[in-house]
Amino acid sequence: MHAVTTTSAPAIARPRLTWFTFASPANFYRLAGVLGPVCGVVAAAFAVAGLWTGFFVAPTDAVQGEVYRIIFIHVPAAWLSMVLYVAMAFWAALGWFLNARMAFVFARAIAPTGALFTVLALWTGSLWGRPTWGTWWVWDARLTSELILLFLYLGYMALVAAIDDTRRADKAGALLAIVGVVNVPIIYFSVIWWNTLHQGSSLTMGAKQHMASTMLIAMLLLTLACWAYAFAVVFARARAITLEREGDTAWARALVAASNQG
Amino acid sequence: MQWHSLSEFLDMGGRGGFVWGAYGTMAVLMLVEPLLAHWRHRAARAAIAERMADEEAARQAGARP
Repeated sequence: MHAVTTTSAPAIARPRLTWFTFASPANFYRLAGVLGPVCGVVAAAFAVAGLWTGFFVAPTDAVQGEVYRIIFIHVPAAWLSMVLYVAMAFWAALGWFLNARMAFVFARAIAPTGALFTVLALWTGSLWGRPTWGTWWVWDARLTSELILLFLYLGYMALVAAIDDTRRADKAGALLAIVGVVNVPIIYFSVIWWNTLHQGSSLTMGAKQHMASTMLIAMLLLTLACWAYAFAVVFARARAITLEREGDTAWARALVAASNQG
Repeated sequence: MQWHSLSEFLDMGGRGGFVWGAYGTMAVLMLVEPLLAHWRHRAARAAIAERMADEEAARQAGARP
């Protein structure tokens, strides 16, 4: 015989933690609501430390003078543009093969942030190239493949927005994202495979670094800031997309009703 | 620290336009993007609230004699 309890159950039950706990839209929504602001604060802290090191600790470059300081944002933006594309393709592929709803949400949430970092990599590179190379743009392998990456992001976003049926849009977008991932190693190795105006990799694992340590620290701090920023914005956008898709579910309605009463 | 004045800092060795153009664009875009995400989230919540209000109004209209 079951005991009858007079205390009311908590409004939101704590989920049991497994590999798939956060594949549930409701659980993910709550988790992202906590992690997003935390990542935002972490991004701001790293940004302040990186900018201070970059402008007030790192020395003037012997060859390029002060304009080299663009490297502190150009390199993180370029790295993030590639890493986010791979992440987008990974989630799109996971969504396709496992039919996981939240994986498609992630893929869609990553795309605009990846496009933003690609624009920033191209724009800051152009602003750096004008005084050092004497031109805003050249059709060399690194720049052209990075421009193709921007078109892939824009193509993905346009494709998923153009198809009304969400499931079909997700799958069509996933196909484009997966095919386009071949461009990422081309971007990375372009400076090795071809003779380009663009310099080689700024940082190579295991190799002796040619940068002053303070320059390297500033660049890595701003890279961490960009990473944390990307997590914060992707979480925020993923929450919005989750609500757009789950608007008819009980948990989403309860959430909105509770916030309206509050 | 290698700057002796604010104007020297802003001038960036005569390349201030390029350096601040890059940092300024990044700052603007990285402030706008979270705002857009926030507005999208707010719009999604408002859409659900509106749908719930419409359904409630329809239910009340149906219950009237």
